[in-house]
Amino acid sequence: MGALRRVDKNCACVESIIQSNGGGKDSLISILQDVQAEYHYLPEKALRRVAKNLGLPLVQVYGVATFFKAFSLKPRGKHLVHVCLGTACHVRRAPAVLAEVERHLGVAKGETTPNFEFTLETVNCLGTCALGPIVMVDEKYYGQMNVGKVKKMLAGYKKFSRPKRDEKIKVSA
Amino acid sequence: MVELTIDGIPTRVPEGTTVVEAARDLGIVIPTLCHHPGLSPYGACRVCLVEVAKGKRSSLEASCTLPAAEGQVIFTNSARVKATRKVIIELLLASCPSSKTLQDLAANFGVNRVRFQIKDKNCILCGLCVRYCKEQMQSGGIGFVGRGTGRQVATAFSVTPEECRNCGGCEWICPVCERACTADRLVNGLCGGCQNVFPVETCPVCVNCSQSVGAAGHKVYY
Repeated sequence: MGALRRVDKNCACVESIIQSNGGGKDSLISILQDVQAEYHYLPEKALRRVAKNLGLPLVQVYGVATFFKAFSLKPRGKHLVHVCLGTACHVRRAPAVLAEVERHLGVAKGETTPNFEFTLETVNCLGTCALGPIVMVDEKYYGQMNVGKVKKMLAGYKKFSRPKRDEKIKVSA
Repeated sequence: MVELTIDGIPTRVPEGTTVVEAARDLGIVIPTLCHHPGLSPYGACRVCLVEVAKGKRSSLEASCTLPAAEGQVIFTNSARVKATRKVIIELLLASCPSSKTLQDLAANFGVNRVRFQIKDKNCILCGLCVRYCKEQMQSGGIGFVGRGTGRQVATAFSVTPEECRNCGGCEWICPVCERACTADRLVNGLCGGCQNVFPVETCPVCVNCSQSVGAAGHKVYY
């Protein structure tokens, strides 16, 4: 369900997601995961629909959605870029890698590019410290990153909004 | 039926009874905040800690979620329990000094300083309102939102939910909302009003019961 669809007005695909997960209250998290895979975030309408169909109070669904960091209530990009800032990566200049990724994407950490292609986030450890500094894009790990490798790494993914020259200077300053 | 010993008194209670209920049957008062007879046990506030002897060792456990077991030996007011309970009350006060229920508890248990930085969140996350809404009103309008230090009681998307019937039960049961501390000033998280200032002397002979009626009138408190 990785394909990006236009968000249908009433989140109609929620019903089929619930059916494919068995339709039980106990499969709430996997339902939310599938909804997130569909829209790249959890739209309010989808959450309301999930709550109604499962017979759960909305606040319970909302509580689960806000509890896990993997879920987002804000629209996110197609590709998730995680830059590790854990101790091992930090001492190997992960902040410089982060600054370079920010410069290339034209957004600060925690933000999404305007064309909804990339969302940039930082994590505190990805568990592969031997490969640090490490960047994870979607499911793929890029080890031993440095400033020079960032451009090539991002080029492997689809278009990203390249900031204009004056914007570039503003972000890196 | 299971047989257990609480503060040296042997007692028999039906299986499934929690230790706090068994103790209250004996007239031993264990202070609680998040416990309510009409709601499911939760174990959030940890004020009801008791010491459970296990051979040569002992452990501290929340009595509101601890089922009574055969041969259990419980101490509700040992030195370890008292010391730990004071720290817990201090921690609760640091996150919510405006609650009269908490201030009274602090006065009752001789907490006369708060060693932690005061961060008034106006909530102790005891979950009483959330459980009341869900279990007694069958509604589920409010719940816990977020995680870690950002965890709070809220409604979904910060709008009044359809399920809410405006019963006011969440405010009624809340140890903070209903009984806000009306003291003029708080000195380092403690109000110093009410029971801290006016000792209530009701016991002519101190039997070291678990709960006092006043800070000055009881030899348990120092």
